[in-house]
Amino acid sequence: MPLDIRIEARPPFHYSISERVECVSTGGTVEFRIDRRSGVATYWQIVQQAKQALRLGLLRPGDKLPTAREVVEATAINPNTVLKAYRELEREGLVEARRGLGTFVRASLGAAGDSRYRADLEDWVARAHEDGLGREDITALFDSVLDGHFPQETP
Amino acid sequence: MTDAVAALEAAGVGMSCSRRRGAVVEDCSFRLPQGRICALVGPNGAGKTTLLRLAAGLLRPARGTLSVLGRTPAAARGRVAYVAQSKPLHPHLSVADTLRFGAELNRDTGRWDQPAAERIAYGDETLDPFTKIRALSGGQRTRVALALALGKRAELMLLDEPMGDLDPLARRQLTGALMAAAESGTTIVMSSHVITELESSCDFLLLVAGGRLRLAGALEEVVSAHTLLTGTSALDTSRQTVIEQRSVGRGRTALVRADGAPVGEWLAERPTVEEVVLAHLRNTQAPPLLAEEAAPESARRAPHARSQENAA
Repeated sequence: MPLDIRIEARPPFHYSISERVECVSTGGTVEFRIDRRSGVATYWQIVQQAKQALRLGLLRPGDKLPTAREVVEATAINPNTVLKAYRELEREGLVEARRGLGTFVRASLGAAGDSRYRADLEDWVARAHEDGLGREDITALFDSVLDGHFPQETP
Repeated sequence: MTDAVAALEAAGVGMSCSRRRGAVVEDCSFRLPQGRICALVGPNGAGKTTLLRLAAGLLRPARGTLSVLGRTPAAARGRVAYVAQSKPLHPHLSVADTLRFGAELNRDTGRWDQPAAERIAYGDETLDPFTKIRALSGGQRTRVALALALGKRAELMLLDEPMGDLDPLARRQLTGALMAAAESGTTIVMSSHVITELESSCDFLLLVAGGRLRLAGALEEVVSAHTLLTGTSALDTSRQTVIEQRSVGRGRTALVRADGAPVGEWLAERPTVEEVVLAHLRNTQAPPLLAEEAAPESARRAPHARSQENAA
């Protein structure tokens, strides 16, 4: 699938002024934020943040992920945790490890249908709200439907 | 993996400081595979420092044997870096002289990494190379001591409360530097009281209390050997080892090592590292747990025998 259709003149996102400082610390294209109190496994936080970066277009096919060394230097987490996260991303076909070169993004995560689903969801939430459902009711309902559809997703 | 030489291997290690006060370390047997980042946890006076000093070859065990990277602690000294809690450095030397001193002492190993040492020492740009060690703050001394340890490019780093007097920024930066060293294969043992802090950086746990080893093994393995139960029925102690239990209102919660599924209506949750450690610190009568990877060669034939026989 020839997904990589970006125009090369576009500078990589990390050249924008506001991001420059962050990128010095990881030398790469994304910076991972580890929340030690969230209770979410650290490797899973990395997986989720990489996916988020793919969805937002911060990472695109061909981009190189920071090396495990760069990530642990910046975040002070265990190197095996980073490797585990990268293996998971690789298993899902999102990145590939090239021996001696690093880990590279292979695929982007589709934001294609997003706007249509978002409109549907906006509509649905508005109706639920009108009928008296609060934020927590809606979250609980949404979670239970998600759990029904994706029973194996473990955080 | 089991064939590889262990970073540390202890068999029945015991140590006493004086005849009257009894053993400081007693009957310690464990194995720490290479490449791990090991948290050495325990209350004050548990024997953490003694264990590290034994591994560094500064003390000789009164009983048992301890091998470091497959040799005696003394023979392994060139490949081991030890940072004592008091960060002993020569007070009259400047920071630059101290690094040069480190370079000279490690000349024969050919592994000294001057740029790495300088990166750590001058990393936050507050240290002047010509300041004397005696004029440094506690945190700055720690920085210089860790610069020496990282400059040595040791295969095993033994760090006694390395982060104790560092500010949060320095702590993050220096832990990051240690993790980077680990990424290239260095084994790290660090003692600390702050369990939450070790949780994200360490992957191996040694818990000592009262001079004895309470828990040893890969962090993940040790934690998943335990279950946190909440419910109202009585615990069946024949099917699980209860580490700690408390009554809360109508129900009770218990941290157990389960051999089978609990009987009755129990909510079973995975405990946090902190919960497992605290429960073992409160109940020092709990049978020790040596997870598989931590079992020394001598105990490998019957890895679970020890925890079984002690189970009450």
